[in-house]
Amino acid sequence: MFDFLSDYNDPTLLGAFWMTVKLTFFSAIGSMILGTILAAMRVSPVPLMRGFGTAYVNIVRNIPLTVIIIFTSLGLADIFGVTMGASDFAVRGFRLAILGFVAYTAAFVCEAIRSGINTVPMGQAEAARAIGLTFTQTLRLIILPQALRSVIGPLANVLIALTKNTTVAAAIGVAEAAYLMKTMIENEAETVLIGAVFAFGFVVLTLPTGLFLGWLSKRLAVKR
Amino acid sequence: MSSVLYDAPGPRAKRRNVVVSVIFFALLALLVWFIWHTLDEKDQLEWALWKPFTQSEAWTTYLLPGLGNTLKAAALAMVIGLPLGALFGIARLSDHRWVRLPAAWVVEFLRAIPVLLLMLFANEFYNRWTDVSSEQRPLYAVVTGLVLYNASVLAEVVRAGILSLPKGQSEAAMAIGLRKGQTMRTILLPQAVTAMLPAIVSQLVVIVKDTALGGVMIGFTELLNSRATLAAFYANVIPSFVVVAIIFIVLNFALTSFASWLEKRLRRSKRSTGAVLGAEDMEELNPAATGGTFGTGAGGSI
Repeated sequence: MFDFLSDYNDPTLLGAFWMTVKLTFFSAIGSMILGTILAAMRVSPVPLMRGFGTAYVNIVRNIPLTVIIIFTSLGLADIFGVTMGASDFAVRGFRLAILGFVAYTAAFVCEAIRSGINTVPMGQAEAARAIGLTFTQTLRLIILPQALRSVIGPLANVLIALTKNTTVAAAIGVAEAAYLMKTMIENEAETVLIGAVFAFGFVVLTLPTGLFLGWLSKRLAVKR
Repeated sequence: MSSVLYDAPGPRAKRRNVVVSVIFFALLALLVWFIWHTLDEKDQLEWALWKPFTQSEAWTTYLLPGLGNTLKAAALAMVIGLPLGALFGIARLSDHRWVRLPAAWVVEFLRAIPVLLLMLFANEFYNRWTDVSSEQRPLYAVVTGLVLYNASVLAEVVRAGILSLPKGQSEAAMAIGLRKGQTMRTILLPQAVTAMLPAIVSQLVVIVKDTALGGVMIGFTELLNSRATLAAFYANVIPSFVVVAIIFIVLNFALTSFASWLEKRLRRSKRSTGAVLGAEDMEELNPAATGGTFGTGAGGSI
């Protein structure tokens, strides 16, 4: 019944899902960093930075991820020559896809962190100012540590959505799960079985993430 | 809130802010210059490439039919998905375990799968087992994928909407002797629908964005797909991307603004119970908050 699975070795089934995991992992780290910087910009005392942060989030959130991913290939790579230091086509697609995911997901991470900053009681920031901390110190030492703990739940949702969104990379030929599924389902007769195998793969990826981070968010929640 | 993070700037802080602003502006200007310079070098700024968008041909042949298909798929997905979602949402609140649990499994399963997988599967399903014509198949597949995914998200929205109503509502309904079905139909659902209107409108943004997936992966001729055809004809990659992105931004920004206007209006109104489910609540729609079964609760907002 599962014979046909072994006919595919570029990529193999596990290889395709491993690619999905790699895409998710690097995009998650990148978007977390960029998202935190954007959130800091949006609450900063410099009006120009606030404006840039707001504009970035509102623009990026309203463009479909597919448009961004296709643009990284046809626009960034072909016109601007941004190849991320890769000569190999597969590696280039992989890196460009991560770049696209980071740019897109950062907008959502920024919004999650900003809503977390809003949950930190005013007294915390006021006390920080009262003992003479500067804006960066207040944010780094007092606000963000508390805010991040309270947004683990929403960030977990963003991470799960990112895991599912990595399938869009198939649009620029990155050999991940959806790419393999498209090839398989068009060539094999076992339509339902193929659908079930890939659906199961994504449940396996997202379920533990959701359960673990849900547990973590309860454990780390600031008791008030 | 943001003003709590820093004091009203004094002379030194003002000077520092100016310095930071100038540096940041310089960096932005450098980026813009790089983009402009590269585009100029690659002849992407030639007026000939932008000119088609000032004439009706590009719009009537490519962009408007594409936008029409995008809106058609989104509208169909919402119209079919909402009742289905309401059904599953209410089923998850049932008192009977044999109704509640299967509904929960279906919803959590569909929420855990990427919408692209659903589209690919639906496309092949229609190809193999139905006689939907090959011109119609992409639309069917896209709408099916969107319906399955968004019904599961909307099920959670409906459930959260009903749970957000004050307990007194269902208690009062019970006290005047309404049956469970009557309570749901005449008391809870009408109020819940009002409460979740903002969330439903913001979900529409997600649906509009997801239609683009069908354009690339299964050849549905929506806006992004039409862009490829247009760019092949006029040889204007960058201008076509810019125009399509602007169309998406304007459309989705209008929807988002409408949702937050609705939310504000509902929060102000004195006649309702004050229960509103806004876009912010959607992002926190995880199992922990609504007592879901499994841990796959990705918000529908991305």
